Amino acid sequence: MRNVYVLGTGMIKFGRYPEKKVHQLGAEAAIIAIKDAGITINDVEILVSGNLFQASAMIGQRILQQIGQTGIPVVNVTNACATGSTAVREAYLGVASGMYDIALAVGSEQMGKAGLLGANRDGVADPAYNTEGKLGSGLMPAVFGQAGIEHMRKYGTKLEHFAKISVKSHQHASRNPYSQYRNEITLDDVLKSRMIAYPNTLYMCCPTGDGAAAAVLVSEEKLRELAGGRTRPRIAASILTSDPWTERDLALPDVSTLTRRAAKQAYETAGIGPKDVDLTELHDCFATAELVHYENLQLCGDGEAAKFIDERGGVHPNLGGKSPVNVSGGLLSKGHPLGATGVANICEVTWHLTEDERAKERQVPNAKVGMAHVIGLGSACTIHILTV
Amino acid sequence: MAEQAKAATDTGPRPIVPYLKLDPTPHLIGQKCGICGATYADVSRMACSKCGGTGPFETVSLSTHGKVYVFSVIHQSFPGIKTPYMTAIVDLSDGVSVRATIDDVDPEEAEKDPHKFFNMPVELLTRVAAKDQEGRDVIAFAFKPSAN
Repeated sequence: MRNVYVLGTGMIKFGRYPEKKVHQLGAEAAIIAIKDAGITINDVEILVSGNLFQASAMIGQRILQQIGQTGIPVVNVTNACATGSTAVREAYLGVASGMYDIALAVGSEQMGKAGLLGANRDGVADPAYNTEGKLGSGLMPAVFGQAGIEHMRKYGTKLEHFAKISVKSHQHASRNPYSQYRNEITLDDVLKSRMIAYPNTLYMCCPTGDGAAAAVLVSEEKLRELAGGRTRPRIAASILTSDPWTERDLALPDVSTLTRRAAKQAYETAGIGPKDVDLTELHDCFATAELVHYENLQLCGDGEAAKFIDERGGVHPNLGGKSPVNVSGGLLSKGHPLGATGVANICEVTWHLTEDERAKERQVPNAKVGMAHVIGLGSACTIHILTV
Repeated sequence: MAEQAKAATDTGPRPIVPYLKLDPTPHLIGQKCGICGATYADVSRMACSKCGGTGPFETVSLSTHGKVYVFSVIHQSFPGIKTPYMTAIVDLSDGVSVRATIDDVDPEEAEKDPHKFFNMPVELLTRVAAKDQEGRDVIAFAFKPSAN
């Protein structure tokens, strides 16, 4: 496999864009990424488009109908919340394999104010046989609430530990102009906001929203030709796993085992360890998820997540923290337009590694290695490690 | 086929999922892999997701008793679903885990003292959850605290 580099990135501020179509959001991000790369659409050899809610609408082709119908191959992918990161991985594989020299990955989503995702997986014709709320809950807040409860059960973790993650997320997001929410909140605000699914209160759940992000990936040869002396990160690992059989996975999706497998493979492929990672963007769809992923990604030892939080782990170094996690604000504050999320992570990590103007207010000093982790329930887990 | 013919003419209550059996007393059934022994709360498995074996599968009755592994208290749901309620993963005595609502518990107490509810012994119950388009009662299962 050949080395692959991130030559250009682009994203639009996550938020709500009811006046626009989702392919227009994708096109906006794509144009920014293409300009950032210093190329034109005529140089792009393949487009991989990630979108979940309009998976049957050929969003990739509709993006090209906005930005240039060059006739290149287009692949539309979905993988639940890992849709965007799966698009990045498919683009990566296209370049790494030697098939293409320049690939464009675009993630886009328009969710409006849809809430309570994950319902009606039963596929029943008569809604009377829909099990949601009748055989407990399989909605995302229930699944991730229980992931946190499992940690409580094993290690005595307290509600406050989960809540602190939301405080940190909002503090980080206040320094990110691309973030859907930029307001700082207190521990009291988090604990007193209404309960959605114990232990996750409203502020411990990511919002729905609209957004798009794009990345141009190139071979080493093209990098030399096009980078013009600019530093560009190499994708040192691009890993995708699905949920292996575990004891209770069919009753309660196990979000940990596939992440642990992906992390192990990612570290081995990149030839680094967790201590070498300067910043991590991980899948904090709920505060409980971020806490368990500290351990799953080996940012701390098993059972040490609460201690890690108490010692300001995950907090930006400029705010007195260490091992920064989700300096963008993460899904909790930056937002989680499903198909865009995994590509936006690549943008964020790239900006820190290249000291891009777009990460100015929250630049992690001397960042050389960044990790982006995404989980799509069902389940799919991606991890990308970028290095400069 | 006899069962299908019976179902077509039956106006009585029907279970919400095929792995819930109402007769002679309500219980869950599972399919046990003849190769590795993994058991699924299911009636139509083509293969075993643990070992990949394609059978044979033995249909087994599952225990009506188990223990709460983890839970959450749901405060926001769909129209018609009363909140707050406790959802849980119940580890049945024979090793299979299922998702269900837990009745007869105080959700507020569970949020104050979650540790009291881990490993809580529970037993199966059934109740009417809806009426289907043909006017039959749809029966769901749930669990409630039990003595052991």
